[in-house]
Amino acid sequence: MQIEAALARAGLWFVLLLLSLAVAVTAKDAGFAAHAVIIGIVSFAMIWITAGRFDPVGGGRTFFKMPDSPSQYDDEIVRWGAIATMFWGVVGLLAGVFIASQMAFPWLNVEPYLNFGRLRPLHTSAVIFAFGGNALLATSFYVVQRTCRTQLALPSLARFVFWGYQLFIVLAATGYLLGVTQSKEYAEPEWYVDLWLTIVWVAYLAVFVATLLKRNEPHIYVANWFYLAFIVTIAMLHVVNNLAVPISFLGSRSYSAFSGVQDALTQWWYGHNAVGFFLTAGFLAMMYYFVPKQAERPIYSYRLSIIHFWSLIFLYIWAGPHHLHYTALPDWAQTLGMVFSVMLWMPSWGGMINGLMTLNGAWDKVRTDPIIRMMVMALAFYGMSTFEGPMLSIKSVNSLSHYTDWTIGHVHSGALGWNGMITFACLYYLFPRLWGRERMYSLRMINWHFWLATLGIVFYAASMWVAGITQGLMWREYGPDGYLVNSFADTVAALHPMFIMRMTGGLLYLSGALVMTFNVWMTLAGKLRDEAPMTSPSYDPAKDKPIVGSRPAAHPDSVPAE
Amino acid sequence: MANKRIDEPTGTETVGHEWDGIEELNTPLPRWWLWTFYLTIIFAIVYVILYPAWPMVDKATEGVLGWSSRGQLAEKMSAAEQAQQGFRDQLANIPIERLPDDSALMARAVAGGQAAFKVHCTQCHGSGGAGDQKLGYPNLNDDAWLWGGDLKAIEYTITHGVRWPDDDETRFSQMPPFEGALDDAQINAVIDHVLSLSGKAQPNAAGAQIFGDNCAACHGPQGKGGRDVGAPNLSDAIWLRGSERDALRRQILGPRMGVMPSWGERLDPVTIKMLAAYVHSLGGGEDFVEVAEDPEVKVDEQP
Repeated sequence: MQIEAALARAGLWFVLLLLSLAVAVTAKDAGFAAHAVIIGIVSFAMIWITAGRFDPVGGGRTFFKMPDSPSQYDDEIVRWGAIATMFWGVVGLLAGVFIASQMAFPWLNVEPYLNFGRLRPLHTSAVIFAFGGNALLATSFYVVQRTCRTQLALPSLARFVFWGYQLFIVLAATGYLLGVTQSKEYAEPEWYVDLWLTIVWVAYLAVFVATLLKRNEPHIYVANWFYLAFIVTIAMLHVVNNLAVPISFLGSRSYSAFSGVQDALTQWWYGHNAVGFFLTAGFLAMMYYFVPKQAERPIYSYRLSIIHFWSLIFLYIWAGPHHLHYTALPDWAQTLGMVFSVMLWMPSWGGMINGLMTLNGAWDKVRTDPIIRMMVMALAFYGMSTFEGPMLSIKSVNSLSHYTDWTIGHVHSGALGWNGMITFACLYYLFPRLWGRERMYSLRMINWHFWLATLGIVFYAASMWVAGITQGLMWREYGPDGYLVNSFADTVAALHPMFIMRMTGGLLYLSGALVMTFNVWMTLAGKLRDEAPMTSPSYDPAKDKPIVGSRPAAHPDSVPAE
Repeated sequence: MANKRIDEPTGTETVGHEWDGIEELNTPLPRWWLWTFYLTIIFAIVYVILYPAWPMVDKATEGVLGWSSRGQLAEKMSAAEQAQQGFRDQLANIPIERLPDDSALMARAVAGGQAAFKVHCTQCHGSGGAGDQKLGYPNLNDDAWLWGGDLKAIEYTITHGVRWPDDDETRFSQMPPFEGALDDAQINAVIDHVLSLSGKAQPNAAGAQIFGDNCAACHGPQGKGGRDVGAPNLSDAIWLRGSERDALRRQILGPRMGVMPSWGERLDPVTIKMLAAYVHSLGGGEDFVEVAEDPEVKVDEQP
């Protein structure tokens, strides 16, 4: 970098630093001031980094570690993303175990910063957006390069996407603890954090689409359809649901652009499709690349992938109203939410069939390959929860299950079973390849992780089914004279043992993730555990290059931008 | 396409694409999958014909069945109301003092009161009515009553509340704070005396003197309390805010006094009657003999 450029950049960061300090001093509430301080700290770090980057010879290559030649994939941000996924995963699971314990033992509520109301969005955002989001970012950048046989387009912007997204996570998480929230489930961050995420997300879309555009393959692989559907739809959902008017540009509070039942419907249109496009479409994209790679088998059915992709994304977007059965939402909207959810059953299962049947001819690997075992379990839980979902959307079932812990159990069989397991499996695939290791430190420990996690989910889901049905039946129980039999406190007391079982399940799942953390640590340290063998396809660096083998020579514009 | 081949283990042809080593088979859609998908679509079509579904210009289609969620609720509510109608009329017409004469009616009133109690009262008094000594919510299971424990007195307390500012007829009592009025030794002495009334400490003559000068006016010379002013009985070993010396000291120096809303503003008289019957049934309910000095209910003396 030239000296003038370095000075100019450092100067810009310095202006931002001064600006954030000014905002911190004049802010109308403590939460906004705290967030301005965080921005200030980031600006300061950027001044520091800009100064450190000043390198008249090497350019940006040394800091960002961009690949030296066009024959290598640009994986630096995937490495950061894989580590961030691990880190936020453990944080999110820990928060989950803690709030599960608060439900069983209310004295664990530490007022005001660590009470259930503030920690619950911390848990959900940490596992969905920090853990899941980083997994999606990292794998999408990994997969899109390989299935397009090209390097990541706009490499600097890709780095901005990753670090900008981490800043979003930090602002969201600290905001929850400080009480900054707009009270929309899974969309709690306030207006200024939403604006920031919008910028980051549009940059993400730009990087992804630009990479697709400069591909060296005639067709776009199915995983990339799902990634693209996920990125585009999340942008739309995020922008519409967070339309709000700030009360002051120096304060964290805002008013939603919608009110009453319109606000509720917009929120659940967002909320349900966050599940549909973030946790389903995005993770199906991961499945479509990593399952055939790990199994070393072709995808079961190309036709099924087309039909289930289009039917899934067309039907999912209408299903949101099923979160508002028997409310002020008009009956017609409830009906449509329900029937679209029912029709969603088979399109969802298309992904499970395509994943599981890809193992045709390689089923023996379930016995020998712990990563395949995890993927199979993930797909099984995906199938189970995408059956349970349409079932719960049926009004007569919903009148029993809604507002009970059954919903919590349903979400977690999907989140722990499907999203968690498939992410862990993909990370186990990625870590040795990203760091050029022969295999993970220990395949046996992957197997331990598998069993701890599976047992944890069984505890969690089973206890929440029992708890939810107990709750639903107790709430609606009438005596012979037509009076309610139970008070709310009675149902809470009845659920205490179930809450303890749920906490136990969470602890098992968390301990599996800790085993994984150790395994990853040792892998990155370059160690191999001496153990009885299990199998997993080993990494061949020679094959993992954009332009090799029988492919035609590099397309002229596949040379990296910088 | 050029790269099509037959996949060995499955015997299926590939589509001919390849990405980073991943190929795709040209397997047809599974029949059961396709037919189940069609069935869910048929279900959806039938359902939207039967139930309210399509938004039109003025309102949505109502569906062949004419069902609506408001209609369903109204139906269930009116069925429940009809089932209870005779009973509620009976209850509305009977004076509460006469309620125990009709044991069937009393039993139903207690059941209804229990349900209403779970909705409106458990937040403070607990789901079993045991209250909370730390927070000062009275236990409704014992036979200690600040304002009287017969049906009529309980009904009055529920209707008008305790220290409820918006109700002119609310139960009201106030104990003055003794912070600064008594020194430490005097406080200790009076605590000894009060505890001795229930056998929890040795009698203390100095304490008895102070009690007589300062407390007996409301709590009575023997500390038996007085329901006419809502003064607690100090001799029954039942405590609203704890029996420890510290708890007593706090309560003497700066008494905390609870508030109960006046439920007459929110609930209908029949529900309040049922609540009174339920609270009366919890174990401490008194009959009218014990309040014979109250001329209004004297005529209703029980045999």
